[in-house]
Amino acid sequence: MEAPVRETETRSEEELDIPWQVVVHNDPVNLMTYVTMVFQRVFGYPREKAERHMLEVHQKGRSILWCGVRERAEFYVQQLHGHLLLATLEKVI
Amino acid sequence: MEICREGETLRISDLDPFLAELLRQIPMSTNPEGTPTAEARLFTKPSTEKEICAEWKSYVEPEMRRLFRSATETVAADLTQLNGNEKSLRNRTLRIPFEHADAWLNALNQARLVIAERNKFTDEELNDHDRSPIGSRRDLSLFQVNFYGFIQEFILREMESG
Repeated sequence: MEAPVRETETRSEEELDIPWQVVVHNDPVNLMTYVTMVFQRVFGYPREKAERHMLEVHQKGRSILWCGVRERAEFYVQQLHGHLLLATLEKVI
Repeated sequence: MEICREGETLRISDLDPFLAELLRQIPMSTNPEGTPTAEARLFTKPSTEKEICAEWKSYVEPEMRRLFRSATETVAADLTQLNGNEKSLRNRTLRIPFEHADAWLNALNQARLVIAERNKFTDEELNDHDRSPIGSRRDLSLFQVNFYGFIQEFILREMESG
């Protein structure tokens, strides 16, 4: 008996394997202290790490905050949007 | 104006009528209606992929709207302390329960983002904290953004110190 579902399952597994990254983009309105606090709160990063990412956003225009499975990346982006930060999820090329 | 922590309360006292009025304007300032770019800034796209954006609009955006509305309502309720005789020039005091700090940060942020979008402030303007006194509606809006930012900074400092 053939199992045509098999191919779909394999494709889904492949999709799950593609890592996604959470990117935060610079915006001139959000305060630096606020952005740092949000990174600490959403990702549980220590202050120094959160500040490093905040400064990267400020100076380079964007920072990759996290990388991993899509579902988790979506969760983080939702949390960041809830704090009104400019955040997107991108496939890791 | 004086701002300090008083136990489980953030107290903003000696508020002159002008600053009190700016605070009272927070809830209405969060409304992006009539400015599509402000609406787009509050509810940003999560990705360049259409499928993800469509799902987001259906499932996540309504949740965001609820969250933002709830924060604004909390702030609006706290601000009723400033209601009273409109003609009174007496300075006022506002007490914000510390448990409302997150709602205040959120509503202040919404207001700052919407005002900045409405006025299309440049980076230079937003970073110019020594701007000359208010001479136009635009100056007033910029002052409003900076004043709300000052309140945010205070709340953040108090949150950090526990």
